[in-house]
Amino acid sequence: MSVTQTAAAVPQSQASTRHAIELIDVNKWYGEFHVLKDINLQVSRGERIVICGPSGSGKSTMIRCINRLEEHQKGRIFVDGTELTNDLKKIDEVRREVGMVFQHFNLFPHLTILENCTLAPIWVRKMPKKEAEEVAMHFLAKVKIPEQAKKYPGQLSGGQQQRVAIARALCMRPKIMLFDEPTSALDPEMVKEVLDTMVSLAEEGMTMLCVTHEMGFARQVADRVIFMDYGQIIESNEPNEFFANPQHERTKKFLADILH
Amino acid sequence: MSVQEGISPSPSTGDSGRVSLVNNPRVRGFIFQLITAIIIAVVLYIFVTNAQTNLRSQGIATGFGFLDQPASFDVNQSLIEFTQNATYGRVLLVGILNTLLVAAVGIILATIIGFMVGIARLSPNWMVRTLGTIYVEVTRNLPPLFQIFFWYVVLIKFSPSPRDSFSLFNAFFYSNRGLYMPSVVLGNGAIFIELSIVIAVVLALVVRYWARKRQEQTGEQFPVLWTAIGLIIGLPLIVSAIFGFPITFDVPELGGFNFRGGTRVIPEFVALTWALSIYTAGFIAEIVRAGIMAVSHGQTEAAGSLGLRPGPTLRLVVIPQAMRVIIPPLTSQYLNLTKNSSLAVAVGYPEITAIFAGTTLNQTGQAIEVIAITMCVYLTISIVTSIFMNWYNRRVALVER
Repeated sequence: MSVTQTAAAVPQSQASTRHAIELIDVNKWYGEFHVLKDINLQVSRGERIVICGPSGSGKSTMIRCINRLEEHQKGRIFVDGTELTNDLKKIDEVRREVGMVFQHFNLFPHLTILENCTLAPIWVRKMPKKEAEEVAMHFLAKVKIPEQAKKYPGQLSGGQQQRVAIARALCMRPKIMLFDEPTSALDPEMVKEVLDTMVSLAEEGMTMLCVTHEMGFARQVADRVIFMDYGQIIESNEPNEFFANPQHERTKKFLADILH
Repeated sequence: MSVQEGISPSPSTGDSGRVSLVNNPRVRGFIFQLITAIIIAVVLYIFVTNAQTNLRSQGIATGFGFLDQPASFDVNQSLIEFTQNATYGRVLLVGILNTLLVAAVGIILATIIGFMVGIARLSPNWMVRTLGTIYVEVTRNLPPLFQIFFWYVVLIKFSPSPRDSFSLFNAFFYSNRGLYMPSVVLGNGAIFIELSIVIAVVLALVVRYWARKRQEQTGEQFPVLWTAIGLIIGLPLIVSAIFGFPITFDVPELGGFNFRGGTRVIPEFVALTWALSIYTAGFIAEIVRAGIMAVSHGQTEAAGSLGLRPGPTLRLVVIPQAMRVIIPPLTSQYLNLTKNSSLAVAVGYPEITAIFAGTTLNQTGQAIEVIAITMCVYLTISIVTSIFMNWYNRRVALVER
């Protein structure tokens, strides 16, 4: 197998609590199409992982399995010690702890920026509205747009919307953040403001999984870069080694293609 | 450049003098409007003179004086007092109120059923989804008049005679004569009970306000609905106990072949309202389904990733956005239901078309006046509905840049 990460040799119960996320032999099919093939991945607390690979390689599907937006059909997934099964309670538990940022922001267009940020804390965490608003303003200040709180998503630029989406996820005070190509839908001049926000988040020790092709970001913050192709993890290494010394032909070709 | 000059008659080229009048768009537009106006005027003139000659030859006086004449016929349901000596004006009022009653009850019922079926059609549960589909396909594809007959026949033929009527607590009786239920008779001190109901409602609103404030400050939620129900039922009960229960009920009693006393809901009303609600709900269900499907799947995913469950996601995220797609076609369904209430003629429910544009017109022969009034009534109802729905639509519209 080309998977560089050795599957857990430690007992599972111990492993699942020690790691923030653990995927064991995860498989998924869309009908006949085998999207994820025997994925094994362990993410320690505070670890920052960048996932790259050609389109259709299963990167998005893999991180979407971690908060059960997609269901895996074989294997086991543990998030913060909780195993993802059909148990709705467990799914709720995991989703409360895992924040996600999408390529197309997916802000709620009928709610103001502030309401976007307070919706989940009020309805899921049962937080008092006032407190939820304070938390929201704190995180909006952190992503540097507190002055937009009363506006609607449609009135903001793409970069601003994506920063709101990050703030919205942070308002739930998640332990893990998933980013699914957060800068791919942005105009080039707005990419930096979103990446800066993500860098500052990484510096605070957030556990992050980020699907992105921003290799500068990977070099700057990632503890590990993972390359996926055809539903498999082909290679996983710390960034300097990954870029300087790719082990596999497919990785080399991919890097050559995206770095020109 | 030369091509552009050829197309647009810009004043700078100064060649307007060369364009023939026939090809000048302004002159053309004016000529066509003039011709249209002349045709309309001629047609109107022919109609008016023709009507005048016909009315004169039949000896019918025009005018609205007939509204003060006694109607001398009875109606089987009236929300206001109506006697044999009542005027045609009174008949008109009874008709309008009965039309509004069917429209209001029908719109509320159709909306509730329609939203439920529309959401059911998107359920991940096969059984629920299929039942929703069957409902929509059956109700949408059968003519409304047929459906009214169907429910009327069900109510009349398959309901027991008054002697064998279904009864509930010996106070509610259901038979082929309709539903008889106790009516309220107010005695001394009843005014205090009415007051206590008002106070209970106000208290319930205060509780709701307080609960919302408390939620904002502490996050604790309060069972507002149950408290409100308790208040609105409990307080009047206590007050009436204090005054020795001054409210009595006129309970219907079987005497001979029919019931005496109480209030009656006629089967014609039930059949018409129920059939129109069921029929219109089929269309509303499809509108609701389309509206929900128009909301991007990313919205549901974003809500899910924040930990919101499917119920709150639907209520707080999907439906509010679906409303802007739902409302315009929903308005036309409301208008359709209101206008379809005129099918009441078929089962003999006394709404405006049946007793005013029907019976009154036949008895008085005042065709022009009766039709004009009826038109105005329907137009007014429809326009008011539209204005309200447009206002609501603007309120839920999304704010863009």
